[in-house]
Amino acid sequence: MRNFVSKRAEEIPPSGIRKFFDLVLTMEDVISLGVGEPDFRTPWNICESSIYSIEQGVTSYTSNKGLQTLRDALSRYLAQHYNLQYSADDEVLITTGVSEGLDIAVRSIVDPGDEVLIAQPSYVSYAPCVTLAGGKPVPVRCSENDHFKLNPDTLAEKITKKSKALIINFPNNPTGGVMSEGDLKAIADIVIDHDLLLISDEVYAELTYETRHCAAATVSDLWERTITLNGFSKAYAMTGWRVGYLCAPQELLDAALKIHQYVMLCAPVMGQIGALEAIRASEEDKNNMVNEYRLRRNMFITGLNRIGLPCHVPEGAFYAFPSVKKTGLSDVEFAEQLLKEQRVAVVPGSVFGAGGEDHLRCAYAVSRKDLNTALGRMEAFISSL
Amino acid sequence: MDEKDLELLRILEENSRLSAEEIATMTRLSPGDVEMRVSALEAAQVIKGYSTVVNWEKAGNGEVSAIIELKVNPERDYGYDRIAERLSRFRQVKTLRLMTGTYDLQLLVTGKNMQEVSRFVSEHVAPMDRIRETATHIIMKSYKVNGNTLFEQAEPERQPYSP
Repeated sequence: MRNFVSKRAEEIPPSGIRKFFDLVLTMEDVISLGVGEPDFRTPWNICESSIYSIEQGVTSYTSNKGLQTLRDALSRYLAQHYNLQYSADDEVLITTGVSEGLDIAVRSIVDPGDEVLIAQPSYVSYAPCVTLAGGKPVPVRCSENDHFKLNPDTLAEKITKKSKALIINFPNNPTGGVMSEGDLKAIADIVIDHDLLLISDEVYAELTYETRHCAAATVSDLWERTITLNGFSKAYAMTGWRVGYLCAPQELLDAALKIHQYVMLCAPVMGQIGALEAIRASEEDKNNMVNEYRLRRNMFITGLNRIGLPCHVPEGAFYAFPSVKKTGLSDVEFAEQLLKEQRVAVVPGSVFGAGGEDHLRCAYAVSRKDLNTALGRMEAFISSL
Repeated sequence: MDEKDLELLRILEENSRLSAEEIATMTRLSPGDVEMRVSALEAAQVIKGYSTVVNWEKAGNGEVSAIIELKVNPERDYGYDRIAERLSRFRQVKTLRLMTGTYDLQLLVTGKNMQEVSRFVSEHVAPMDRIRETATHIIMKSYKVNGNTLFEQAEPERQPYSP
């Protein structure tokens, strides 16, 4: 029999956390800081409105772009909160999570051979999505010295004639780094100079702790060349609902929409109904969750620095990204031994690409009690080295 | 009163047993600063006290609670204030509010048993001047008290890793 697996599928590396996953399943009493999702339940009014809609028989396809009411509400919300101007009719597309948004955004702009710059450390699916679209992912390292912001000089060095687009994600998974308006202006100059397209994944936009999030498309003249991705998973504790959105100028959106209508048709309607309720009436739930993350972050970062894992203060998302360099172990060794010896699960930073090595991603989206227990166990592990 | 004070109040309202050190790391204040601010909030009576949410039904001491609604003739110059103050002196009255709607005052009353609660209502509350009508609702079961759910909820299972 032939090998039926395509070269492209073969080319994608398997997930770097798979072996940890298998190991953790054989263990008991593990505290996991390895989960990139809120530990809160979805606010009940959101669940209730979705349940009610199912009872009313609202279970069919929606328009490809998504429910008009949801797009209207989103368009108003983005204008109010981020000064982002997108028309509900032509420039907003509801996707099945940001994951789908990213995939169709990349596929709608990449031709074979195109290079796509990716600010790293980054969410693990950016590079594979580019590869699957026939493009070439080009990592651009963000370093701890820059507080994990994208440095314009490092970016400029990586640009070639084949560069087509840049993918950024701030507030960042896994580092918690953010970019201010000033930081983004410096990047905008380069993006515009080299006639690049920008894909900005802003799924952690609501989770900032010191400053308000600045949306990339509002900076300089980036709007006309930016695809903004966002979703409901992180801000409203709705990861399993799979609702995201893609906003872009009509020409770009129409290209993504063509792919979306063939591969996804529409995002699940019950998820869209829940998302509508989230945006209409869950601001306070969201704020309460953000406040709680802030308290946990302060507590956890102080703890990490105290036990000998230096960590910059992440200004967004819900990840701490401490360095393990001083321990003499690599990030993978540290994570493996910590799991085996002290039953704390963290993700080695190298999984997230360039700049992630020698770091750990620890999600502080767990209860304060568990965070304290985890800190105690990590301290015991470090003392045993 | 600044943003940090409000943050302290939110933390303490949820759990007043946290130590000054624990609160300090959460709020990025020094433990001394936390203590000073809490003392100031106590002195200003913004913090009125510290208590524990007890599920008495589970503790099984047989205590009975009732919500009592009162129609009251308000007093010239004082409105409902004097009668409300008078009612609030009773140890049995745990909560007392002036409401819109059919009734005026709403009381949460607790007693050792049903007899104690009904005696309290019939001997002390109902005969009081200016009270025209009472309605007593015995609480059969509490499901949520001051933001705390009293029934057990299974934690949904989470994946140990996700990107």
